[in-house]
Amino acid sequence: MAENAIETDMLVKEFNGIKAVKGINLTIEKGELFGFLGPNGAGKTTTISMLCTILKPTKGSATVWGFDITKEPDAVRKSIGIVFQDPSLDDQLTGMENLRFHARLYKVPREDIDHRIKELLNIVELSDRADDIVKTYSGGMRRRLEIARGLLHHPHVLFLDEPTLGLDPQTRRHIWTYIERLNKEQKVTILLTTHYMDEADHLCNRIAIIDHGEIVAQDSPSKLKESMGGDVISLTVAPVTDTLISILKTVQNVKDVRTIGDSLQLTVADSKKTIPLLFDAVTRCNANISSISLREPTLDDVFMKFTGHELREDKEGAKSYMMRQRTRRRIRQ
Amino acid sequence: MIHDIVTIWQREMIRYIRSKSRIITSLIMPILWLGVLGTAFGSTLGNVRFPGGLDYLSFIAPGILAMAILFTSIFTGISVIFDREFGFLKEILVAPVSRISIVLGKTLGGTTAAMIQGIMMLVISLLFGVHFAGEYGILFGIVGAIFVMFLIGMGLVSLGIAFASKMQNMEGFQMVMNFLVMPMFFLSGAMYPINSLPGWLKSVVYIDPLTYGVDALRHFLIGSNVTSFPLWLDLGVLVAFFSILLTIGAYLFRKI
Repeated sequence: MAENAIETDMLVKEFNGIKAVKGINLTIEKGELFGFLGPNGAGKTTTISMLCTILKPTKGSATVWGFDITKEPDAVRKSIGIVFQDPSLDDQLTGMENLRFHARLYKVPREDIDHRIKELLNIVELSDRADDIVKTYSGGMRRRLEIARGLLHHPHVLFLDEPTLGLDPQTRRHIWTYIERLNKEQKVTILLTTHYMDEADHLCNRIAIIDHGEIVAQDSPSKLKESMGGDVISLTVAPVTDTLISILKTVQNVKDVRTIGDSLQLTVADSKKTIPLLFDAVTRCNANISSISLREPTLDDVFMKFTGHELREDKEGAKSYMMRQRTRRRIRQ
Repeated sequence: MIHDIVTIWQREMIRYIRSKSRIITSLIMPILWLGVLGTAFGSTLGNVRFPGGLDYLSFIAPGILAMAILFTSIFTGISVIFDREFGFLKEILVAPVSRISIVLGKTLGGTTAAMIQGIMMLVISLLFGVHFAGEYGILFGIVGAIFVMFLIGMGLVSLGIAFASKMQNMEGFQMVMNFLVMPMFFLSGAMYPINSLPGWLKSVVYIDPLTYGVDALRHFLIGSNVTSFPLWLDLGVLVAFFSILLTIGAYLFRKI
């Protein structure tokens, strides 16, 4: 048995000649809670689909729990659980029936089915709704049922593709707690994708930042933030001139200056001592500071540093997802 | 393998039983055809009798049974599109289950549902006063008819799956209903005797597999003096139809 839960070697996926995933190298150890962080369309789902044997890689290879994804797809499928980005429940069946169907397809021993279902329903707090038809469930309940279903056959590796997309903050917190417990108590290796930086930050031991089909950085969230080399200072200042920016860049401890809207964002080491120096510099340029704020760097800043653009919390994406779900339900009725 | 087929079959059954509105709507059309058209044409034709002294209502009753089977079977086969649209197909495809088990489970599930619809329609026909009295007797006649329903169902569900595997969206569903289901029904000889048709129409009718299903049902239910082919030919064509379609359906489904 291999030592690592997931290993990939230059994994590539092309769609009609366009590279969605451009050679991903990755090693995830057993027991890790690993995150793919990146905007929509970065190639996260494509990568996961290849690891789950839904898509065949164009080039490269990968193993999941020691099994080759192209040569031993059945063994891979038995070792993994998946929670897809889009809903994948049969909403005409009850929660219980969905779980039983899954348990039978994955050959869970007959004598284990009942107590496993009971245990999982407890974990995701759906015991009292198990016999209701899924159509009557809220988005959060569906998600929780899908997570329970993904765990039913005791997978070694669990893939969670955008587990909290389109959910309200309270439900997101809930689901985070389950994910952490699964990882700690059941020792399930988890690979999740997200475009919420707070989710990656809060949950994952390690993350890979993905942009345009490539991993641009890979480490623990705290190390990645440390790699920024200091705190972030936002200055609202007028007028912003090129001279001002170049003078600020020469100030001691200032590592980077970026313009964001009408304010400047500076990465600064030893920030508390540097603030007075910044004031001096601005005054020297005959400009005025109207506000200043200091904070620790976030993964957003890390993302910005490695990719040169922002990782926005894509509100449009979440909205269109909800719309899609709603239309689906409407068509159904 | 059998375990997987049963699991898929069970899901189809639960969905069938739960879709009360679908059960009823797919009976309404055949009931209208039988009740309104059968009775109306029957009274227009007045004393015109089909061979064996049959009235029009009894003549079309087996054809209407075939219609009920046709609707339910094609619908279940096509429901693969719904599974795809609502995401559940992914759950099935990624499970450690062979594609052929999925297709067989789905086909058997759809066929079971179609047979239940057919049997309900059989009972309704009796209430309309249809005389089921072929030379096989009531009991063997009905058992034979149910067997024929099975053969028709298997072929048509497979046909639905084959179409659904090639379709990317729900619009295809309406298309199949209009361009496949209705012509199949009209050309099956369900409503008229085919022996006296003009040559060009006859050849189209002979291509329609449902023609042989309707003919076989007539053999078992109302007697062989109104049929067009020998029973062995009907059954042979139906078995060939379902074997070929099941193979095509399974092949196309594998490539989803």
